[in-house]
Amino acid sequence: MQYNWNWGIFWQPAPDGTGVYFWWLISGLGWTLSTALLAWAIALALGAAIGTLRTTPVAWVVRLGNAYVEIFRNIPLLVQMFLWYFVLPELLPKALGDAMKQMVPPWASFWPAVLCLGFYTSARVAEQVRAGIQSLPRGQGMAGTALGLTLPQAYRFVLLPQAFRIILPPLTSEFMNIMKNSSVALTIGLVELTARARSMQEFTFQVFEAFTAATVIYILITLVVVFAMRYVEQKVAVPGLISAGGAPMAGH
Amino acid sequence: MFSGFDFDVIERSLPYLFKEGMTFTLTLTAMAMAGGIVFGTLLAMARLSSIPMFNVPAATYVNLMRSVPLVLVIFWFYFLVPWIGGWIIGAREPIQVGAFWSSVITFTLFEAAYYAEIMRAGIQSIPRGQVSAGQALGLNYWQTMGFVVLPQAFRNMLPVLLTQTIILFQDTSLVYVLSITDFLGAAAKIAQRDGRLVEMYLFVAVVYFIISFSLSYGVKHLQQRIAIIR
Repeated sequence: MQYNWNWGIFWQPAPDGTGVYFWWLISGLGWTLSTALLAWAIALALGAAIGTLRTTPVAWVVRLGNAYVEIFRNIPLLVQMFLWYFVLPELLPKALGDAMKQMVPPWASFWPAVLCLGFYTSARVAEQVRAGIQSLPRGQGMAGTALGLTLPQAYRFVLLPQAFRIILPPLTSEFMNIMKNSSVALTIGLVELTARARSMQEFTFQVFEAFTAATVIYILITLVVVFAMRYVEQKVAVPGLISAGGAPMAGH
Repeated sequence: MFSGFDFDVIERSLPYLFKEGMTFTLTLTAMAMAGGIVFGTLLAMARLSSIPMFNVPAATYVNLMRSVPLVLVIFWFYFLVPWIGGWIIGAREPIQVGAFWSSVITFTLFEAAYYAEIMRAGIQSIPRGQVSAGQALGLNYWQTMGFVVLPQAFRNMLPVLLTQTIILFQDTSLVYVLSITDFLGAAAKIAQRDGRLVEMYLFVAVVYFIISFSLSYGVKHLQQRIAIIR
């Protein structure tokens, strides 16, 4: 039993004439990063808003926020991906649905993937934001309102600045998750890093070289993010507060 | 919006969806959970050991698995397992491994890294005095772990372990990339055969939601019941 290793394969021309296989993987990396970053912007904005709403004293708003989080957390990401890609265009008004279906190839799967990952991760970010705000002493909000701040002002100037600094470590791991989860988008045809490695394997039969390269790239991304965030975490750490990163959480 | 909605296609395919698909999903989840927790606990123990021969490989394994997407891991093992199997039994060709066993191995090894982190936190949550007391009574390492530390660690971490299992249950849908007939795979086959994507995928989403939501609701109650009052 012999596997024919051929590490030179990365420098051989790819069949679509766009360059060597190495550039295939790099272009896949580009799609992975742009999908993840755009989705992260959505996730952060929505998640911060919904997480904050879930800590307000208004009961129905809290319940609405909880429902949002439960829906996005309890349906597998792959199924959500199919809902955005296959089901949503059918349920929208016909003109809009047709416009979605007629997008040019990379965008037709790119935008559903970005929206899907954004909304999926926003529920997880919302959970972290809620936990962060609730980990603050209750007196903080009370002191804020006692000083004459309105509730939005108390959130803006007292609670949120502290909460975000506390939840930075779990947010970092959510960012890593969105990066990894973007590989699920290959099921709806987005040619990101994992999909590139897979098609390189199909064209060249060099299974292990292709997957090793993708694995190494993912590890490099992880290392860069972990070291960058460790620096940021040190910069913004609240003196005297232990970060919320210690508590074990199930997840990815 | 639901004017053209065909509920009949769901009803017709129910036996196939649940007898073929859901059975596969649940069996895979159960086996990967059992294997993952056992291997994960061993990894956690190795990682907390002070001997570099144990803690370095364990830490490397856990960090590696946690920085690579599950889809890539599924592809890796799908191609790797036949080669390793062939190498172990000394065959001349990579052996044939069925889709089922390939995914059981994949999910066990992948989820073990996540269970390991949970168990590590669980073991570390036990006061050191417990270990010292065990050793003072003359228990060796395995006895201290087996009779003193792990039972408490499991109890403390049970809700998190179960939550991770719910995530595992959802993750098994990713075997779709290998065209395996799990619950989602079965639905996707019907959806494409009958051109009923909307109905089937919405139904799948609802079923997954009901199962995951009631399980996580149960975990929340369990958490309140078994919490140790200190």
